[in-house]
Amino acid sequence: MTPTLEQTFREEWGRVLANLIGFLGDFELAEEAAQEAFATAAERWLQEGTPDSPRAWLVTTARNRAIDRIRRDRTGAEKLRMLDVPEAAEDEMDTTEIPDERLELIFTCCHPALALDAQVALTLRTLGGLETAEIARAFLVPRETMAKRLVRAKGKIKSAGIPFRVPPAHQFPDRLAAVLGVVYLVFNEGYGGRGELAAEAIRLGRALAGLMPDEPEVHALLALMLITDARSDARFDDGALVLLRDQDRSRWDRDQIAAGKLALDRALALGGRGPYLLQAAIADLHCAGAPDWPQVAALYGELGRHTDSPVVELNRAAAIAEAGDAEAALALVDELDLDGYVYLHSTRGELLHRLDRTADARAAYGRALELVNSDAERRFLESRLAELER
Amino acid sequence: MKYALLIHHADAPTPRDPEAWGRLSDEEQKQVYADWQSINETEGVTPGSYLAAPESATTVRVEDGKTLTTDGPFATVKEALGGFLVFEAEDLDAAIELASRIPAARLGGAVEVRPVVE
Repeated sequence: MTPTLEQTFREEWGRVLANLIGFLGDFELAEEAAQEAFATAAERWLQEGTPDSPRAWLVTTARNRAIDRIRRDRTGAEKLRMLDVPEAAEDEMDTTEIPDERLELIFTCCHPALALDAQVALTLRTLGGLETAEIARAFLVPRETMAKRLVRAKGKIKSAGIPFRVPPAHQFPDRLAAVLGVVYLVFNEGYGGRGELAAEAIRLGRALAGLMPDEPEVHALLALMLITDARSDARFDDGALVLLRDQDRSRWDRDQIAAGKLALDRALALGGRGPYLLQAAIADLHCAGAPDWPQVAALYGELGRHTDSPVVELNRAAAIAEAGDAEAALALVDELDLDGYVYLHSTRGELLHRLDRTADARAAYGRALELVNSDAERRFLESRLAELER
Repeated sequence: MKYALLIHHADAPTPRDPEAWGRLSDEEQKQVYADWQSINETEGVTPGSYLAAPESATTVRVEDGKTLTTDGPFATVKEALGGFLVFEAEDLDAAIELASRIPAARLGGAVEVRPVVE
């Protein structure tokens, strides 16, 4: 397959599948038909060239495949009557006849009646077009487990009657938060080391921004992911974690940061002030040579009122310390109920070190080392501890 | 689609436990009755039955042709079914919305929404 053909496939998969689900009302059948159409395209387009409208070709072919399948399927006789399919649907349809139903698709995949891990897997499979094996690898589970998870989720959509539609206004804010939560979860999995998931989350974020251009939090999430990801190369040096202030800024992706700022401006212009906007604004402030730490601390304070999360409070404490008040920061940290959280102890270690309480700092880093999971972070903590020994 | 809404009272006060019921204010008690009236009048609802306390249940099994009975519900008393209704609805969202209006759901119990096979 030529790269362009592969690109076309990636771009068209979500739209074609969404349209088929809308048409057939059945996830499993739609996915099988889409797969067949894409496989046929892979053979035929190489010989005959790519058609003028690849999307129309794919949708027409897949619909015909699905109709054939239903006809062949003896038990499907009843389904066919419900379909009301025009007899000769062989002609390619006009692209304008193919509504974009990806929004319906994402709201169905991220329905709260599905388990979160199923929502994530389903979103990556349907809207993202990832293969089951790819998703399984990314989440470090056996392929079989992931395949079962997907089958079960699709089965529940059908048997429980989860609707294929954009939720009505009174449900929209909660349901949008669920969709954004799934995309951000994918991003964070990627940020934790599996880069392809971060790229996939950004791709999903861009698609959502196109589909919901008036929703500030959608643009804010995209901004947050773009800015954070632009600095990911500089986060590690020779396998060890590098703190933001020590990062080599020439390794930041400036174009991507600019794209992130643009998305952030858009979110602000739309009047956003939600949790993703606050996080994106914080990420943006961190890009400055000398970040405005009091402002960062204030934004974390506002974010904390949204999320009520001790982790946000911990970040606020770190910003207060950077703004110059390590004493106040330590007092705040010591009130947090986060004993099992590695970053609580690494932050305490840093604050105690700044306050010249070396023995306490050593103990805090020691506790952090007991809890740490990643090698890069372990090496970072060990180097901090070694500095204290000097 | 047809859904069964299975009501688990757990800690939710009900009139069959006068002591717990008495902890609700008059206004709260009236609200529970008003909610039920509005639920039973909702289009598509087939009012179900209100079951007596789980402590009154007898559980029956047959092993080797012999009928065995035990005192109490199949689940634990706290997890036992307290009542149910059937709802003919457009989709799961409509069923979830009705479930959220059942007083037990906000008073410490829970409602399980199960599609009925037709």
